[in-house]
Amino acid sequence: MPHIEINHNLAAGKHEQLVKLCPFGAIEVAGGKLAVNAGCRMCRLCIKKGDGVFTLADDAPVNTVDKSLWRGIAVAAEISSGKIHPVTFELLGKARELAAKVDFPVYALLTGCGVSKLAGQLLEYGADEVFVYDQKELEHFRIEPYTAVLEDFIDRVKPSSILVGGTPTGRSLAPRTAARFRTGLTADCTKLDISPETDLDQIRPAYGGNIMAHINTPNHRPQFATVRYKIFPIPEKQDNPRGEIHSCQLAPEKLVSAINVCKTELKKNEKGIEEAEVLVVAGRGVKKPEDLSMLRELAGLLGGQLAFTRALVEAGWGDARCQIGLSGRTVKPKLLISCGVSGAIQFVAGMSSAEKIIAINSDETAPIFNVAHIGIKGDLYQIIPDLIRQIRESGQEVL
Amino acid sequence: MEIDPKTGVLKRDGVESKMNPYDLYALETALRLKQQYGGVITAITMGPPQAQAVIREAFMMGVDRGVILSDRRFGGADVLSTSYTLAQGLRAAGEFDLIICGKQTTDGDTAQVGAELAEFLGIPHVTGVCRINDCNAGQLSCDLDLPLELQSIQIKLPCLITVEKGIFEPRLPSYRLKLATDDREIIMLTLDDLPDKDPVHYGLNGSPTQVKRIFPPENNNAREMWNGTEAENSKKLFDFLKNNKFLQQLR
Repeated sequence: MPHIEINHNLAAGKHEQLVKLCPFGAIEVAGGKLAVNAGCRMCRLCIKKGDGVFTLADDAPVNTVDKSLWRGIAVAAEISSGKIHPVTFELLGKARELAAKVDFPVYALLTGCGVSKLAGQLLEYGADEVFVYDQKELEHFRIEPYTAVLEDFIDRVKPSSILVGGTPTGRSLAPRTAARFRTGLTADCTKLDISPETDLDQIRPAYGGNIMAHINTPNHRPQFATVRYKIFPIPEKQDNPRGEIHSCQLAPEKLVSAINVCKTELKKNEKGIEEAEVLVVAGRGVKKPEDLSMLRELAGLLGGQLAFTRALVEAGWGDARCQIGLSGRTVKPKLLISCGVSGAIQFVAGMSSAEKIIAINSDETAPIFNVAHIGIKGDLYQIIPDLIRQIRESGQEVL
Repeated sequence: MEIDPKTGVLKRDGVESKMNPYDLYALETALRLKQQYGGVITAITMGPPQAQAVIREAFMMGVDRGVILSDRRFGGADVLSTSYTLAQGLRAAGEFDLIICGKQTTDGDTAQVGAELAEFLGIPHVTGVCRINDCNAGQLSCDLDLPLELQSIQIKLPCLITVEKGIFEPRLPSYRLKLATDDREIIMLTLDDLPDKDPVHYGLNGSPTQVKRIFPPENNNAREMWNGTEAENSKKLFDFLKNNKFLQQLR
């Protein structure tokens, strides 16, 4: 099996320094000799940095797979509240792009109950062939029947790669099926490409996100990758797509489940500002309480929430639970748009780790511009209504 | 953990064998079920011998048995190989009715070992359990936290569940239990103790995925200032929101 071998002659006298090479503490000194323990993750850093002390030894025959038998990029469509989840369209766009590089078809798998009518949409967003399993046993996502369907689809179509949305159901279905086929799965990819050998080049953050890893599945098919929602763009819709829809069925005995869904109810949307992905923040630049409605409207269009600085909460314009800062809440949204906020340190302490900070302020010396990724010098009373109008006209507000 | 962008070497800070915080919720769920319905709780983990500290902590919370899968030949395992090794370890460790996993790890953050493990054991699984309602007559009733919905389900035992953070408040380790369990033996399993002894199925050999290279992420903390007119800026802002996928969301 592949393992790391140590040249003990070269290692002599350098044990202490070599032990430090391994970020996982897997290199140790045992009985006066250097050894690699079970903590090894085969990251191969020691090989790279060890000046020849460590080498990779691989004496096992590699299982090879005939890659020419596995063709096509497949996307497992996801249904959410009776509609196709937009992550499916994003994946179809990426699948189309990858397929073009190696001259592969794009397949889509549609699973559910009463979903046949949605199959045409998958063609519009890039699928060449859609395989539909529309059966009453598939009304709810239950792992055994859904895995049985994906297994049947793979046996029938033999796709080279399968892309699955990194949603809770996708993150359950993809690994279960990958294990059934004893093949590789790379979760939460942020970039995907394909090599001429049809290996997926999968890039994902590793070890808490401070490191990126490039991962391949060189000797197994199919290759599974999950991608989270909103990583890839939604492709342009085609008006008169060509393509075929295949209606498939599995025998009811293959769709039995040990899971019984008793009831499903919509969650009340009562997230606090800490959980919001998008926050619009009102500061002292807002002149009267009535003007908050326009900021609230923008927050609503972006699927986010309205939050306040301390000054506005103390003035009684906003709820204390929606206050950001040292005396309020600490937030880490994907996007924070501050409107008329000066950016006192007490405020910044509660929001500086937001992923993207956009600050609108008419005073170009406002300290908020030191923390904002995008600083907009201007009048929020012109910019915000104009922005709201554009979002409404584009029809791209939150559904 | 971080990577040094100049030298390409991983910085060692913060890498140690300690309990994955998400697993505390799994342990607490097991302890609550035991309080109400009885049973024996086994904590199982795969890792270097240093993982003993993790099992000791589980003992201090009230876990009955501890198993560590540790073998040089398990090194370099990806999701598939890790799940397979755990499945083999569970078979070697004895019978079970329910397997509880934490939501995810804090390093890989893939949240996929639970589903693969259930497949290798041939038992059903559900993820995202946020509430346990009942457990009797061979089945577990629980609620699942889905993105838009709360779903109540029943699942037959034996099965595997992954629990959400916050399902229960994890208890603190107890000093009394520490004293009582100080000399409790931890079962150490190597490849030779597992039903499948073929080394090809473990570690790097049993891993279909290969890490081709690792590199530091791009730094996107650039700051910019827009000084145009209000009309220009609102257009630019709209394009920014559109291009960065803040529009056209599901909800």
